[in-house]
Amino acid sequence: MKSEHLYNYILGIADNSLILGQRLGELCGHGPSLETDIAGTNISLDLIGQTRSYYQYAAKISGENKTEDDIAFLRLERGYKNVLLVEQPNTHFGYVMGRQYLFDVFHLLLLQELQFSKDQTLAAIAKKGIKEVSYHKRFSGDWIKRLGDGTPESTAKMQEAIDDLWPYTQELFDMTDADTAMAQEGIGVDVSKLKESYYKQVKTLLTQATLEVPQSTYFSRGGKNGVHSEHMGYLLADLQYMQRTYPNMEW
Amino acid sequence: MIQTNINIDTHLLPILEQVSDPEIPVLTVLDLGVIREAIDIDGTVHVKLTPTYSGCPAMDVIGDDLKLAFAPLGKKVTVELVLAPAWSTDWISESGLQKMEAYGIARPLSESADKDVLLAGKKKVICPQCKSTNTHLVSQFGSTACKALFKCEACLEPFDYFKCLK
Repeated sequence: MKSEHLYNYILGIADNSLILGQRLGELCGHGPSLETDIAGTNISLDLIGQTRSYYQYAAKISGENKTEDDIAFLRLERGYKNVLLVEQPNTHFGYVMGRQYLFDVFHLLLLQELQFSKDQTLAAIAKKGIKEVSYHKRFSGDWIKRLGDGTPESTAKMQEAIDDLWPYTQELFDMTDADTAMAQEGIGVDVSKLKESYYKQVKTLLTQATLEVPQSTYFSRGGKNGVHSEHMGYLLADLQYMQRTYPNMEW
Repeated sequence: MIQTNINIDTHLLPILEQVSDPEIPVLTVLDLGVIREAIDIDGTVHVKLTPTYSGCPAMDVIGDDLKLAFAPLGKKVTVELVLAPAWSTDWISESGLQKMEAYGIARPLSESADKDVLLAGKKKVICPQCKSTNTHLVSQFGSTACKALFKCEACLEPFDYFKCLK
């Protein structure tokens, strides 16, 4: 049972990076400027690189003859454990940066705890990831400030994105069975404890960006248990196309 | 520079020196400091490789290049990725830094100076072309994960800056 919890725990973390990496990858060649295009794909590359480390580890402990690619490409929608936030579409650049920042703050808090995991592999991936994710967070945070405190149009668009993405933030702090089991063993992180620090940081930045903190009390959840939003199927169709069409293909 | 816990069989060094980074071909894998261990056991070279960035696509290529480099000697190669301790720009050798500069990539600054240039717009990065420090950041992300894009205001040339990673 222990390794099943560990397996699910690893996927819970890794799937967020994979799906967000995929969303950012969609922007390759479509960024609003050359610099932001390159930034999006660079961040995507970091996230997918982290995902590979997690999946390689998950494949190793799965006890089955699995590879990282099987885990990435051959699960059904219900098998993905990512939060709803990261699968939200690239509606406009404000959404891309809003989604990024709302995830980056959480991601960094998570890795800062995970680096002390009793599991040496997870600790090593986390330590490596911290350096990369700090850089992502600076980038997305800077853009929220720039757009939020920019022209009337950019302010309105940035506010719209934050308002629309806000209901997906609380799911980040829900504990799954695997989360609880792994936190008790000192392997995983009790994400419910990151909530206060998360909202404090986010609210400070929104205020600096002259944006309003959404007052909505409705929060959407389900991704962590495999119940995804209507966008997920389209994303997976793109992500899995090659492996579904040419099973076992290699580059 | 600071090369801790490196364990490379000396007779393998001449071969390893021929394997270069696919993105920055003037640098060998030894210059970069990504080879943490290379041990020859009964004709199989066991290599431990530490990636620069998690998603760096160069790592897969380096693994394949190592196999190709040892193949003519009839040696097989196993590559294991080792994440801890995490790679740092301090592991790039001084000769590597010099080759990098000659190639047109500015060398990483100290951690605090790096923050100054990437976050506070300070002018500290030395232009690899004309050596002026009158340079400014164009993009925090560059052509590869390890670099940022700069422009020199003295000679007007754009150039890559290798970001400090600690």
